[in-house]
Amino acid sequence: MANTQAMCTSFKGELLVGHHNFGTGVVRGSTAADSFKAALYLASATVNASTTAYSATNEVSGTNYTAGGVAVTFGTAPSTSGTTAFVTPSASITYTTVTLATAFDAVLLYNSTQSNKAVSVHTFGSQTVTAGTFTLTMPTNDASTGLIRLA
Amino acid sequence: MAIVTTTKGDMDDSLLEKKEGIIDNDNETTQWVEYWLESELVHRSVHMTLKRNVAGEAVAQSLG
Repeated sequence: MANTQAMCTSFKGELLVGHHNFGTGVVRGSTAADSFKAALYLASATVNASTTAYSATNEVSGTNYTAGGVAVTFGTAPSTSGTTAFVTPSASITYTTVTLATAFDAVLLYNSTQSNKAVSVHTFGSQTVTAGTFTLTMPTNDASTGLIRLA
Repeated sequence: MAIVTTTKGDMDDSLLEKKEGIIDNDNETTQWVEYWLESELVHRSVHMTLKRNVAGEAVAQSLG
């Protein structure tokens, strides 16, 4: 037998469900999952790893788009495989019958239960939508392609 | 015949010119469809499948 230095995989998964707290924590009203939303940002915006929370600054605007974006469904709990913890929305993110005339190229996932704190930024080729629907289909929820992974 | 939502209200697609395409790269696959009324874009929808996820690296630092 030999010991191996590692970040425990169970810990990675537990981070995704709020089991550990090394600092000033959050008082939760229940064990229920938080709610998450997805907001679109203009190509001229600067959302990145330094983004700490949702902001309406440089968010897209247009017909039928509500500031803050749309709800994101996480119907499948986080899980682990190998040494990776991962979670992926269980449904596509859809903005229905919108007109977004100014080019946008990023979506911010954020926690609307916890003061709109930022989770992740995903960029893509610049788009506009005219009286149409913008759909973001999620990758396969596994250790190599899950949308959010702790490897 | 199909009804298309446009900037001018719902329209029969037979009255419109349809353009569509697919862009595939390492980051995403994008399918788009446009409907034009004469030279005016009246509908554009985009269906995108994300390929590249974001991963955080968890590290247990060596001691000593």
